[in-house]
Amino acid sequence: MKAWKKEDIKVLLQLFTLFFKLGPSTFGGGYAMIAAIEREIVNKKAWLKPGEIGDMVSVAGSAPGGVAVNSAAFVGYKLAGVLGAVVAVFAITLPTFLIVLILSILGMLFQDVPKVQAALKGVHAAVVALIIVAAYKIGRASIMDIPTLLIACISVLLLLFTPLHSIYLILGGPVAGVAIIAVKKVLGLSAQTEKQVKDQQADLNYLEYYI
Amino acid sequence: MLWELFILFLKVGLISFGGGYAVITLIQRDIADKGWITAGHFQELVALAGMAPGSIATNTATLIGYSQMGIIGGIVSTIGIILPSLLIVILFTAFFLRMQSNNWVRSSFYGLRPIITGLIVYAAIHFGLGSTEASWLSWQSFGMLLICAASLIAVIRYKIHPFAVILLSAVGGIVLF
Repeated sequence: MKAWKKEDIKVLLQLFTLFFKLGPSTFGGGYAMIAAIEREIVNKKAWLKPGEIGDMVSVAGSAPGGVAVNSAAFVGYKLAGVLGAVVAVFAITLPTFLIVLILSILGMLFQDVPKVQAALKGVHAAVVALIIVAAYKIGRASIMDIPTLLIACISVLLLLFTPLHSIYLILGGPVAGVAIIAVKKVLGLSAQTEKQVKDQQADLNYLEYYI
Repeated sequence: MLWELFILFLKVGLISFGGGYAVITLIQRDIADKGWITAGHFQELVALAGMAPGSIATNTATLIGYSQMGIIGGIVSTIGIILPSLLIVILFTAFFLRMQSNNWVRSSFYGLRPIITGLIVYAAIHFGLGSTEASWLSWQSFGMLLICAASLIAVIRYKIHPFAVILLSAVGGIVLF
């Protein structure tokens, strides 16, 4: 029993070091991080079978939160249960947390330096561009017919012109989805719920950032 | 206040489907309602969050918590936004994986994904237009537009790594403004 416990702690430590390293090096993780996880965990350590990476992608992508953190939770849970998941998530969050704090302190120190303000304005503009790219990518994967196009347009209009809280949109989306698919089936239309795998694969290979 | 921060980000974490950018919209509404920080300051924080590795949502939560209540606030907010992901991933992994092929689940995501798209588009609009205290026809907005367009081309056309784009934009900002 004692020996088993020692082994357990070893796995937790390994999980910690691995995700601590992966956190900052993949810069934000997202889908780019999945390749890194695959390399480390499937190829080098053989902790997961190649097929389980597919499960990881679908769980991490469909649960709320960032793909990187979710993947860490998945791997940690598979290897060492709930404690493993906690350790992996803690390890992947810690480096970025510290970096954010340092950035914030630096930001406050140099708040009044005009050139720092200028640099931040430049970054602001770049972040707008990255958001547009993210919108384009997820739009390409999600808008596949007229109903989905309508849902996307209506949600933007609601957000722009009403004080509606976005949680109602998040809740309404699945309801609308189920209803639309049901109606489509009754009408005998093709009720595809996902784009062709080929498209999704292309999206995965494309560098995703911060998502 | 700490409790309020925790609950706020816990709620945000629970509905943060689609990860990072959609969450900017979620957070921004709540923060505006509570009147914790001004819209301009919020956008500064998001820009700062974009410079660090990690999900922009988590980073923004950390920064808002830190700006309100120091390090403890940062820790509490970060835990708040991550905790739901952790729990839900564990649940999904333990029970839900078999339901992936369930038609109801698939239909739900069919409807949810365009909503996420809408949230991100709104974030882009809001974040793009929000902070222009200066008038539209100023050097300021022209410069921002220039950097934004250049970044778009760099990421889409030349596939330059987003972090390099962010660094270059910071340099561009120093040169232009």
